Amino acid sequence: MRTEQAVIRENRCIAPDVYAMVLECTIAEEVKCGQFVQVEVPGFFLRRPISVCECGEGSLTLVYRTAGEGTAVMSRMKAGDTLSLFGPLGNGFPLQRRDVLLIGGGVGVPPLVETAKAYRAAGMDVTVCLGFADAKSAILTERFQELGCRVIIATMDGSLGTKGTVIDALQEAGIHDAFILACGPMPMLKAVSNQFSDGYISLEERMACGMGACMGCVIPDQEGNAMRICKDGPVFAIGKAVL
Amino acid sequence: MDLSVKLPGLDLKNPVIPASGCFGYGREFAELYDLSLLGGIAIKSATPKERYGNQTPRIAETPAGILNAIGLQNHGVDWIVEHELPWLAQFDTEIIANVAGATEEDYVEVIRKMNDSPVVKAYELNISCPNVKHGGIGLGTDPQLAAKVTRMAKEAAANPVYVKLTPNVTDITAVAKAVEEAGADGLVLINTLLGMRMDLKKARPLLANLTGGLSGPAIKPVAVRMVYQCAKAVNIPIIGVGGITTAEDVLEFLYAGASAVEVGAANFRDPYVCVKIIEELPAVLARYGNDSVREAVGKGLL
Repeated sequence: MRTEQAVIRENRCIAPDVYAMVLECTIAEEVKCGQFVQVEVPGFFLRRPISVCECGEGSLTLVYRTAGEGTAVMSRMKAGDTLSLFGPLGNGFPLQRRDVLLIGGGVGVPPLVETAKAYRAAGMDVTVCLGFADAKSAILTERFQELGCRVIIATMDGSLGTKGTVIDALQEAGIHDAFILACGPMPMLKAVSNQFSDGYISLEERMACGMGACMGCVIPDQEGNAMRICKDGPVFAIGKAVL
Repeated sequence: MDLSVKLPGLDLKNPVIPASGCFGYGREFAELYDLSLLGGIAIKSATPKERYGNQTPRIAETPAGILNAIGLQNHGVDWIVEHELPWLAQFDTEIIANVAGATEEDYVEVIRKMNDSPVVKAYELNISCPNVKHGGIGLGTDPQLAAKVTRMAKEAAANPVYVKLTPNVTDITAVAKAVEEAGADGLVLINTLLGMRMDLKKARPLLANLTGGLSGPAIKPVAVRMVYQCAKAVNIPIIGVGGITTAEDVLEFLYAGASAVEVGAANFRDPYVCVKIIEELPAVLARYGNDSVREAVGKGLL
């Protein structure tokens, strides 16, 4: 982990309030799937922790939602502008030599792209189940198809795929047992943890340092010990953290 | 350029010390740079027993700052003495042990357990944490209680005792004078200012603890003012802290009467900030006509 001034190559809206930013940086070559970077936004004191969607040679892609003023400023930045990144941070998803079911909800979907790439590169079968509010909020579905994944989609209003949650879509597809990696909102992670016992989930929390020093982003384990989401996580085995 | 500063118990090669609670025990930052570059390290608060701390959210951003309500999370003094202090021995830097508790006896217990460590060069009594019900702030806002815990700590301590004061008082010099009279070897000021943010979607305070401690550049003028007031009121050295992000900020605190500084929240924005400040300090001192750190201390006191 280190800091770097990254140059924005592209920053475009891909769904309502969701943007994809491509940044030229050498940190990209050190990122493992499921890790995140801390982004310094001009005019704001704290960095924003944002998961890495995809990384290639000399560039990485961040897909982020404009949740507040900081990410709104980020969304207005242009190609050629620079941003300070700090990373890579966190443990990331484990790479195991087995077929995997990736489950994502909303802006929890992006880190699963690099994860799907890693599992596909290792020759594994990858099934992806993605949940969104509606069809126009659906992001990155084609990217998973390009990577050769089987893609299952759920939307709450039924405008795309199964009407309901990712759990409903998996039931409809007849998938009851799998090795899973999941990222998404807490209600989805709770439901996924109830349904599956073999796998890992990625958590989020308001962070300050992002590197394990400040104890700002903790969650208790089953024995009541504090785990740091930024450093001990963000990825935890199912059942490890008390959600 | 001579950056060194000698203070009770502390032989600082430069005046820059990461502030307690913003640097853990240095392990994470040691992955980024050599901790021996630092003048010293104020390690995270130790309490007699392990503390989980507060529920999350513990962090909220503010204009030019941050609200935190961690709640003194730590593994307890025994664990720190066994696991963290021996690890810190490898670095050529001065370790300041921050001590916290609910009662005066807690402070004495933590100090007694740390006295035998060769790594600890000084204690910093945290009688100013705003984030726990009995985090010392009750002691820190009453001059007589502050003096009492200082006296008890001094009796127990094998190292010099610095007292970290809260800004959440009407007259900080009254507390400063009381702890000086009780035998404090130095002051550290300021701790965070009590604050709150509202979550507009949930219509309730954003932090789980409801209130938190404000730090960052937003509080720097308050800190400089309080360092200045205390420097005029007491004769013991002051370590200034509050919103420092640059070498120029350090010089402001030195001019206001601080002999050294602690850097806190800035570490969250730029994890290399302490070493950058140390690198830039000689040029900044020279630019304003100073030949050493010592020469700058108190230069701005009128």
